[in-house]
Amino acid sequence: MNSKYEAVIGLEVHAQLLTDTKIFCGCSAKFGAPPNTNVCPVCLGHPGVLPVMNKKVVEFTVLMGLAAECKINERSIFARKNYFYPDLPKGYQISQYEEPICQYGKITIEFKDGLKKDIGITRIHMEEDAGKSIHDQGYTTMIDVNRCGTPLMEIVSEPDMRSAEEAYLYLTKLKQILTYLGICDGNMEEGSLRCDANISVRLKGETKFGTKTEVKNMNSFRNVEKAIEFEIERQIDIIEEGGKIIQQTLLWDADSNVVKPMRSKEEAHDYRYFPDPDLMPVVVDKKWKSEIASSMPELPDARKERFTNQYLLPKYDAEVLTSSRELADYYEKVLTVTNDYKSASNWIMTDVLKVINDEKISINEFPVSAENLGRLIMLINDNVISGKIAKEIFPEMLKTNKEPNEIVKEKNLVQISDTGEIEMAVDKILSANPKQVEEYLSGKDKVLGFFVGLIMKETKGKANPQIVNELLKSKLGRLKGK
Amino acid sequence: MSVTKKDVENIASLARLKFNDEELENFTHQLNQILSYVEKLNELNTENVEPLSHPVENNNVFRSDELKTSVTTEEALKNAPDRTEEFFKAPKVINQE
Repeated sequence: MNSKYEAVIGLEVHAQLLTDTKIFCGCSAKFGAPPNTNVCPVCLGHPGVLPVMNKKVVEFTVLMGLAAECKINERSIFARKNYFYPDLPKGYQISQYEEPICQYGKITIEFKDGLKKDIGITRIHMEEDAGKSIHDQGYTTMIDVNRCGTPLMEIVSEPDMRSAEEAYLYLTKLKQILTYLGICDGNMEEGSLRCDANISVRLKGETKFGTKTEVKNMNSFRNVEKAIEFEIERQIDIIEEGGKIIQQTLLWDADSNVVKPMRSKEEAHDYRYFPDPDLMPVVVDKKWKSEIASSMPELPDARKERFTNQYLLPKYDAEVLTSSRELADYYEKVLTVTNDYKSASNWIMTDVLKVINDEKISINEFPVSAENLGRLIMLINDNVISGKIAKEIFPEMLKTNKEPNEIVKEKNLVQISDTGEIEMAVDKILSANPKQVEEYLSGKDKVLGFFVGLIMKETKGKANPQIVNELLKSKLGRLKGK
Repeated sequence: MSVTKKDVENIASLARLKFNDEELENFTHQLNQILSYVEKLNELNTENVEPLSHPVENNNVFRSDELKTSVTTEEALKNAPDRTEEFFKAPKVINQE
C-alpha cells in the first residue's frame, strides 16, 4: 500500500445458523437437498401464511452477542426489507432494522507479533436467507427456494480495520468463535459464512472517510484478503491519478483476481423498511439471558490462555491446539490418559496435523482415537517402546486404530531393556568392527553413532537407546583404559 | 408533509406498477389527502410515548426447532407461471460483464 494512504474497512458477515429447521417454519435448513424439496407455504411466500420464530435462532444470536461482549437489547423487533428479486418470493426479507437484538460489542484480533487490536461490533441481528438463483441458463434464471428462510445472523463491524490483513484476522477470529459456540460451521466455500466488505481509502491523518465501495462474492478467507488488497490499490491508483471514487457495488472475480462492477437492473436501493406485523417482539429478559450465558463454552482466547497456564505449553502450541474447538477437545482427551502435556502437544502438532492436512480431513474424522494416542505416549514414557518404534507403530494405528500395546505385542516390538541381551549385541558389533574401534580409541568420537546404528539394527530397533549408549560408552571406556 | 407526482412515480416503480398520467395525478391527490389526515396526529404531544411496533401487546411467540414435513416439489411448483421439472423459472435479472 502507498504509505501516504490508509484503508478503512468494515465487514458485514452473514453466518448461517446450525439449527435443524428454518427461521420461520419447520422445513429443514440442511444444505444440499435436491431443489425445491425443503419448502412449504411459509417459505414459498404464499398469501395468508404466518411466520413463527424459531426459538433457537434467538438463543444462538444472543450467545454470539455475549461472546462479542455486546449489549443484548431486552426488546427487539422484526422489520420487512422490501425489494424485488426472483429468489425472494415474498417481495421482502424479514430482518431486523431498528432495535436489533445485539449492539455495541467487540472482537479482539491478534497479530503475528502478539499485538492485539479491538474491532468494534456495530450490531448483530437475525434475518432469513433468500433462495438460490442459477443464472447460467440462457435468458432465464432458475430458482431454488430451499435456502429461503434459512436462519442467518448478520454481524456488522465498525469501520475499524485498516488493512486486508486485519480484515482476514477479524474474519478468522469470527469463524473461530462461531465454531466454538457450535452455532455456525463457518464454511465459506459452501456459503454458510459470507462476507461483504465496505472499503474506502484516505490520506493518513485525515479524519473524514473517503467514498466507499462494497465488495461482494468472496467465497474463501484468502479471497477476502486478496479482494480487499486489490480494491485498496485500485482506489489509491484512481486518487493518485486525480480521479474520484464512485460509490458502487463490486464483485470479486476469483478467476482473474480483479473486482468488477455489479450491473443490475435493480434501481438504487430503497428498502422501505417497516415493522413486520406478522411477528411479535422478542424480549430477552435477565433470566433468559443468564440461562443462555450459562450455556457458553470456554472461548478460544480463554482456552489458549488456560493451555499455557495449566499445561505449561509454549504460546505457539496453545495457539495451534486451540485453533478449533475439536482439536482442543482432542488434545484434552489425550490428557485423560497421559499427563505428559508437551509430548501430547508434539504428537498432535506434527504427526496428527500432518495427516489431517494431507488427507484434508477434520480432527473428528481422524482414525486414531485420542485415548490410543495417549496410550502410545505412555508406552514410550514407561520405557516399553522407544520413540522410534512409536513412530513405526503410528501408521499401523492410522490404519486400524488398534490399541498400541496390542500392536506392540503382535509385532513383538517390546523394547529390550535387558542389559544382558543388549550387552551381547554390543560385544558382537564391537568385535566385528575392530577398525572402527581403533578409530574411536584414537579420539574419533563420531564413530559412536556408527556403533549405535549397527546395534539398533542388530536388535531390530528394539534396544532401549539409552541403555545402548551407556553400555557402549562404558565398554569402549574400558578398552581405552587398557 | 406532501408528495409530488414524481414521488408517486418512484413508489410505483419500486412496487413494479405502471400508471398513466391521469392515474398518477389522481393518486398524488389521494395520497396527499391521506397524509394530511394522518398529519392530525402531530397535534398530540408524544414526547414520553414509546413508539408502537405492534398493535397487539404480546411477545416471544416461538416455535421449537423441530422438523415438520415440507410439501412435495410438484406441489410447490404447481402455481408457477413457468418452471422446469424441479425449478421455478424467472426472467434473467442480472447482467454481469
